[in-house]
This record gives sequence, C-alpha cells and structure tokens, in this order.
Amino acid sequence: MKIIKTYVTVLISTLLVFSPVAYADKWSDQFPHIKATGDIPGECSYESMSKKDYSGKTLKINTHAVPVMGEPTALHAEQFAKLTGAKVDVTHTPAGDLYAKAMVPFQAGQAPYDIVFGFSNFINDWKRYLEPVPKKYTEMRQMKDVTKSHIGVASWDGVMYQFPVDGDRHYLKYRKDVIDNPKYQKKYKADTGKELRVPRTWKEYGEIASYFNGWDWDGDGEPEYGSAEVMKKDDLMYAAFFSRSVAYSKNPRTPGGFFFDLDTMKPLINNPGFVEALTDWVEATKYVPPGGINFGLGDEIGSFGGGQTLFSFSWDDALIAAMQDDSPIKNKVAAAPLPGADRVWNRMTNRWENQYNQAPYIVWGWAVGVAKKSKVKEMAFDYLCFFANDANHQADLAIGRFGVNPFKKSDFDPNIYIDTMGWDPEIAKSYTDTLLEMEEKSKNRVFPLRVPGVFEFTSAVATGTSKALAGQLSPQEALDEVAKEWEAILNRVGKDNVKAAYAVGVAMEDNKL
Amino acid sequence: MNFKHKFVFLFPGLFVLIGILIFPIIFTIRLSFSGWNSYTPEMNFIGITNYIRLFTDDPRFWESFFRLSFLSVTTVILQYIIGFSLALMVWRDIKFKRFFRVMFLIPMMTTPVIMTVIWRTFFHESLGPVNDLLGTFGIGPKWLSDPATAKITVIIVEVWQWTPFMFLLLLAGLLSLPKEPFLAAAIDGASAFRKFVFVTFPLMAPISIGAIIIRLIEASKIMDTVFVLTSGGPGTATETSSFYIYIKGLREFQMGYAATLSFTYLVIMIISLTIIAKVLTKLMIKE
Repeated sequence: MKIIKTYVTVLISTLLVFSPVAYADKWSDQFPHIKATGDIPGECSYESMSKKDYSGKTLKINTHAVPVMGEPTALHAEQFAKLTGAKVDVTHTPAGDLYAKAMVPFQAGQAPYDIVFGFSNFINDWKRYLEPVPKKYTEMRQMKDVTKSHIGVASWDGVMYQFPVDGDRHYLKYRKDVIDNPKYQKKYKADTGKELRVPRTWKEYGEIASYFNGWDWDGDGEPEYGSAEVMKKDDLMYAAFFSRSVAYSKNPRTPGGFFFDLDTMKPLINNPGFVEALTDWVEATKYVPPGGINFGLGDEIGSFGGGQTLFSFSWDDALIAAMQDDSPIKNKVAAAPLPGADRVWNRMTNRWENQYNQAPYIVWGWAVGVAKKSKVKEMAFDYLCFFANDANHQADLAIGRFGVNPFKKSDFDPNIYIDTMGWDPEIAKSYTDTLLEMEEKSKNRVFPLRVPGVFEFTSAVATGTSKALAGQLSPQEALDEVAKEWEAILNRVGKDNVKAAYAVGVAMEDNKL
Repeated sequence: MNFKHKFVFLFPGLFVLIGILIFPIIFTIRLSFSGWNSYTPEMNFIGITNYIRLFTDDPRFWESFFRLSFLSVTTVILQYIIGFSLALMVWRDIKFKRFFRVMFLIPMMTTPVIMTVIWRTFFHESLGPVNDLLGTFGIGPKWLSDPATAKITVIIVEVWQWTPFMFLLLLAGLLSLPKEPFLAAAIDGASAFRKFVFVTFPLMAPISIGAIIIRLIEASKIMDTVFVLTSGGPGTATETSSFYIYIKGLREFQMGYAATLSFTYLVIMIISLTIIAKVLTKLMIKE
C-alpha cells in the first residue's frame, strides 16, 4: 500500500511539474477566459506578466465602445491589473470619434491616454505622435509569428508604430447549406440554366443573390435575402466599395497604383473599373434585405450571422458570429475569396482586358499604439504584448463580437477552430485556406489607402457612392464627383506629400516590400 | 464705501461670459482663417481661402443648409400646431387633466439620442415593428432608405421629441391669459371658433412668437437625430448643416474649414432668425 501511495504521489508531482496542461490550468482557474488552452508560454504570457510589478502606476487607454475591441480591451486590462498590480483606466469611444479623440490632444502636445486604439489606416497621421514599438518586442517570438502582410500594415517605412493585435481582410461568406445543397443546385440549374456554386465573379454573385432574394429558402417561415453589405454612409461603406472594385481595377499587369497613378497622382477612382463596380453595387440594392441600404457593419454582422442572407463580404466578424455556439446557422456557412471579374481595366492602354481577375483586399483593421508622450511606455507595451499573447489571442478569436481576427501564421491552422471552437473541419479549412491565400500567397493584393488626410479621401468616396446607391447620381457622375474632390484634396494636402506616403503602399501592392 | 467697488461683483459673470462665449467665438473666427487639419496642425494664416472655398466650391454645404431650413421650418410648424392643440385641450376642464399634462411632457423628458435609437429600431425596415405591423396591410414603407421618406422619418422623430416643449410653453401662456376678454366674448355670444380666432390666438401671439423662435433655434441645430437615425443618408438626403460641419471638423479633421462653416452658419442663423422674428411679429401681432 505504501509503495502504491508513493507511486501515485510521484506520478501526480511529475504531471504537475512537467505537464503543460497542468501548468496552464493554474492560470485558467483564475482567468476562465483562457480555459480552452490555459496559459501558453511566451514573452508576455500570464506567467511572465505575473512577475512584473506595476503597483502604484496607472495606465490610461482609449479604445472602442463595447463589444467590438472595447470588450477585449477591458477584459485584458482587468487581467493585466490583477497580474501586475497596475491600475488600468479604460475609456470607450465610438468608432467615428476614435481618430479625433486621440488627434486633438496629440496636436495640443498632451497625452491623456497612454494607449490609443484606432484603425490601421490612421498610421500616417498618427505616426509622429506614437512611440515606435521597441526592438525588444519586434524581435520576440510572438511577433515573429505575425504575417508579413500585417507587419507591413502596422509599420511605416520599416518602423513599427502599431502593435499588432488584430488582422483584417475582406472575403466572401456564404451559406454552405444552400450553395452545396443538391436540391437547390438542381432547381437553380432548371430555372436559370446555370450552375449553383460559390460565385467566381461579382456578376455571378449578383445573379445568385437575386435568385435567392425574398423567399424562405431555409424553411424558418421567414423570407431570406441575397446579400448583407455595409452600405450605410460613413459607416465603413467605402471599404465595402473598394472590395467590390479590386476585381475590376487591380490589374496585376499595371503596377504603380490602385487609387492613384503614382507617377502623375491622377485619381483612378472614376475609371471604368471603379464605375463597373459601383454599377454592380447599385444593382445590389435590389437583393439586400429591406433597409439594407442603411446597414452598417453591426447590421451586416447581425444579418448574415443571424441567417438572414445568403452572402456577405467584409471583415471576419459576420462569419465568426455565424459560427458561435449560440448561432442558428453554426456549421452552415463557409468562407471563400472575394469574387473576381471576367474582365479587368488596364489604365495603361485604357482598355478592358477580357480575362479573369481576382484581387484580395487586405483592408485596414484595428490598430493600437503607445503615445510618444506617455510616461509609462514600458507598461503600455507590456499590456499590448499581453493583450495579444497566444492564450488571449486564441480565446479572443473564438468570440465574434470581440472583433479580434487572425493575423498570426499559427492562426491559419484549421485545428485551432476545430478543437477549441467546434467548427466543422471542412468549414475550418475553407476559412484558413481563404485567409492564407490572401495573406501569404496572392501577388495581386490591395492594401488600404494610408496617406495624409486619408479621412478626407475616404469620406469623399462614402459621400459619392452613397449618392449613387440612393439614386441621386449615376455611378459615373458619382465617381466623377469623387475624383474632382480627390483632386481638390490633393491640392490642399500637397501632391508630393500624398505621393510620398502613397508610394509606401504601392510598394507593398507591387510586392516590393 | 467706494462706489466703484460694485463693479467687482460683475467680474465673475464677466469672466464666465468671456470664457464660454466671447473666447470661443473669437477663437473660431481666428481658426477660420487657418488651414488647421490633420497634416498641418497649426494656427497658420491662409487669409480668406476657406471662405472662397465655401462660397465658390462647396455646394454640399448650401444643399445641407436648405435641407436644414426645410426640416426645421416643417418640424416647428407641426410642433406649433400639435402643441397648441394639446395645450388647448388640457387648458379646458377635462377629465384626467393632470394625467394628460404629465403624459404629453414625457417625450421631452427622455434622452434624445436614446429615443432616436429606439425610433431607428421601430423604423428598421426588415426587423422593426412598424413595418411588421404595416406588412399585414401589404405595405412596407422604406422609412430610412428612400431619400424622400427618410426626411419624413426625421420630421416624425423631431416632432415627437419636441412638441412637448411647445406644448409646455403654450400651456403656460394660456394659463396666464386674462379672463376678461373671454368673458366679454362669451357675453357677446361668440362661438368657440371665433373666440379662438379673435381672442385666444391674438392674446397668445407674443408667447407663440417666443416659442417658435426658441424652437427654430433648437431645430436649426438638428444633429443627434440625423446622426443616429440616418447618418445623413441615404446619399445626402438628410444631411443638415450641423451634421456636415461635424463631418468636416471631427471626421475629416479639417478644423480650419469647419470653423469657417460654423462661423458662416452662425451669421446666417442670426440674420435669418432676426428676420423671421420681425416677420412673425408683423403677421401675428396687430397694433
């Protein structure tokens, strides 16, 4: 009996000391958020942070309103405070005011916040007020796992100003239970003479969405609709428009600019490629749910995630919402690259090229930096590093409303989603394959516009395109108006200033960085 | 006691006035002559460049101003008519008078932004209860996605929110009216309609003008309703001056130009409201 007791004691002790699961549980007991993985060893793990002592120091953070990004910020702030003894004050701000709320004190030479959350396309305007991420963090293992695309998004001319906590790109989400359903495939073929499949082009997207618009195709007693899209003016709609434009206007054979011709800085926004995309988008107002023209991002997530539409395209959130445990359509959706086009505009020859074209849009996303004038920079970077540590990141990925999406190479392993989130293996693979293709493999990517006065440019696009969607102007008239406004902005900001900044983005698009 | 000491007591009020009124106006005027924006954050001097841009190359501001004029005049007229009707109703001796008086004031007591969010939910075209109900009759107006209907929706919300204010002022006016003219009219055998046209309405004219002007000033700043309900859309169909200034100033961070818009707008509003007050006085108050 004594021998058995000794064996059992030794066995338990060995497990406690050497088993990573047992080691991790020590932290997941205190912090249930990471119960699926436990603590994962790393430079900014729970274990590492617990050794820091920031007692008596206060960290002030300005972040987005809850839940998107605001909720994980607050949650990780609370965890960080418990681990390090720091006091962390979190202020929540609506998305539209994030820029101004940081910019006003920045310009006045003050630092009411040590950490400011915003969007990655703020980088050009914010970089002079942000502390570059120290080498200690850029060279750590956690950072080496970040994809090259998102290192580029967080950096300017090789200097990292934004600490990567989120990754974003636009891609297609669709109802797998409809598109792969033999009954609907047969019916669609009989009615239209065409194959029902994941749309390869925006025209095909429109045809399928129109067909499945306004009737009850999932048998829940309510009509469903073709597509949920971000169409509300000033609510990120310009990003949705660029997603529809890349197929027609990002020609891999004409490097040197997607938004402007880098040589002349002539706006390309009203060329036939963009006009074709806007014409498609105006058509799309016929197959969105009633009131869909006023859908912001939240509405789009709720609509597709709630099973109201067949298609959607934008950030990850709608797919993650659809795949949460409480979703009525869990494991009934899948991801695919953005549709392409059967022709692409060549701005050199001023002609259409009749060949298939597809271009991923690595859209801007959540970004965060540390104020240069902060007095607690080290603590601020430690907080951000902790925010994005492997355990927190994997737990955040599983919660759609958090708005935290893949940006690490390790995120593209489908097993993460199968094992910890209960995703169907085929869906998990479609998701990771889609992201991986965009992030690492495509050579025809478009990155967000990151130039001085970026808000003036994107605001002009939102105004112009929303006028077209509302029927106030034709697509050509609307984009001509945008191009005229862009010319005026260029003159105000200075063509050379914009050109110098735009060249950085173009180098990324042309695969030179 | 030195007589001049009495001026010392004026200083606190004077400081407050300078701090919250004079200084911001002077600062705005100075800012309007600068090119302060996100890429040149400084109070430089660019002369009247911003004003030239406003008067020669910014039709969107003028469109939003005329849209605002339409929305504010329409909403205030409706608020006046409805508010006056409700005030007349509870001015009389009716049952549950006190209950109605309190009930009519409820919309004004609620927070405008929160109520607008609730209205937006009501008018949501696919998920809202209004179209759910109307759907049983086979209709489903595009409350927020049609340019014309969206204006009507903004008017409905504004009228609902602010009619109680008009009601309150007009009821207070009615309660303060002298009784003699009404007794004289009753002795003369005047009908209810004639009493209203020849006694109540003229006596209420000064209060009505005050109420209308106060509401016009408030209505000309329509911002929260538009911001929450439509974001100025669809297209620019419900964009008002204040919302446009907000976009230029705090979304696009064109602080200098936004100051130009603000100052110009202030001048226009002062002139317009002065003219409106004079016209109303001439029309409603007979010597």
